Amino acid sequence: MRKGVMRPGHIQIRVLDVEEALKHYRDLMGLIEVERDSQGRAYLKGWTEVDKFSVVLRQADEPGMDFVGYKVLDNQTLEKLHGELVEYGCNVEEIPAGELNGCGRRIRFDSPTGHMFELFAEKEQTGKWGLSKVNPEAWPRGLTGMKATRFDHCLLYGPNIAGTLDLFQKVLGFELAEQVLDPEGTRIAGFLTASMKAHDVAFIECPEPGKLHHASFFLDTWEDVLRAADLISMEDVSLDIGPTRHGLTHGKTIYFFDPSGNRSEVFCGGDYHYPDHEPVTWKAEDLGKAIFYHDRVLNERFLTVLT
Amino acid sequence: MPDQNTHLIRVVNRDQSFKCASDQVLLIAMERMCANVINVGCRGGGCGVCKIRILQGEYECKRMSKAHISDAEQQQGFVLACRVFPRTDLEIEADHYQPRESYYTNRDARKAAC
Repeated sequence: MRKGVMRPGHIQIRVLDVEEALKHYRDLMGLIEVERDSQGRAYLKGWTEVDKFSVVLRQADEPGMDFVGYKVLDNQTLEKLHGELVEYGCNVEEIPAGELNGCGRRIRFDSPTGHMFELFAEKEQTGKWGLSKVNPEAWPRGLTGMKATRFDHCLLYGPNIAGTLDLFQKVLGFELAEQVLDPEGTRIAGFLTASMKAHDVAFIECPEPGKLHHASFFLDTWEDVLRAADLISMEDVSLDIGPTRHGLTHGKTIYFFDPSGNRSEVFCGGDYHYPDHEPVTWKAEDLGKAIFYHDRVLNERFLTVLT
Repeated sequence: MPDQNTHLIRVVNRDQSFKCASDQVLLIAMERMCANVINVGCRGGGCGVCKIRILQGEYECKRMSKAHISDAEQQQGFVLACRVFPRTDLEIEADHYQPRESYYTNRDARKAAC
């Protein structure tokens, strides 16, 4: 049952060098640089996003992910979910409005997989970048690189995904859209949605807590994915794999690394989900095809390289 | 005449070597030589897969994730090969990354690879 969580709102990514990271997220991926805050964090967004920012880069000694935030319908929903998170047993912390520039009060909570998440109801709405609110044109001039349209989802690795999936489904009202089951019926991957998308967040079982596999950004077409691949070669960027298609979600994709080793994805297409849909199941025995639909063979690096 | 800017990188525990220019990092030089003596991960100093120990020689290093190379380890010559520029010929030891076996990798990747 949906509980008023609308969409992924932001991800704070740790990088070894903010200036180098901006070359990746702004110049290569085409995110819009919004501003820098007093802590030196850089704020960015995809051009189609109406809220002020969706990506925050923080310079740190260890790459990875600090937290992912989800936007909820309103403050009443935020209050209700705050109470339910406490009741469920999460460690919950309230982050005051303005700690992230332009973002309202955030409710931060931990999870069995070791990741930190947040909910928030309010963020300054600056509108789609470069477009008028009335009679908007198809796209704005002046976009760079891959022209990534929005922060779409992230894939997170950690222990006890059963626990985090339970938290997201029971408390936050996400639905299980896709899954990977092993022969004993254990779920080793779960793709959750709060919308019609095949995933708003995904989890894969792994002994090490709190790991980021990738942060993903949406492109409109397969041609755009191929163009992204061209740019990766032109700029001599560290490629992971692709362009290819996934079996899971059927998205068309390419993976590459930012200058601190955090994995990025740009993708297009993919399945849709309605609340009456049964989860789509892939068998762990066919994991090669589930992940890389064309090669049908697993790639060790894709499975084990995490930040 | 030997090229002052190209250095020989001897991987002692693999009994192989490759050449690396002083403006290149070890890992990329190795990949360009189609050698396979250091494991390749993110190539950005983040994942730890290319962790090696430098036994002899001089080098410079870009920032690396402290999750994989602590200050103490860096003192002992541990580095990530994707962040290291050689300044002299080097003797190195590969394979210092301790992979945390994922459930996924153990049970399925290996099976699928057979």
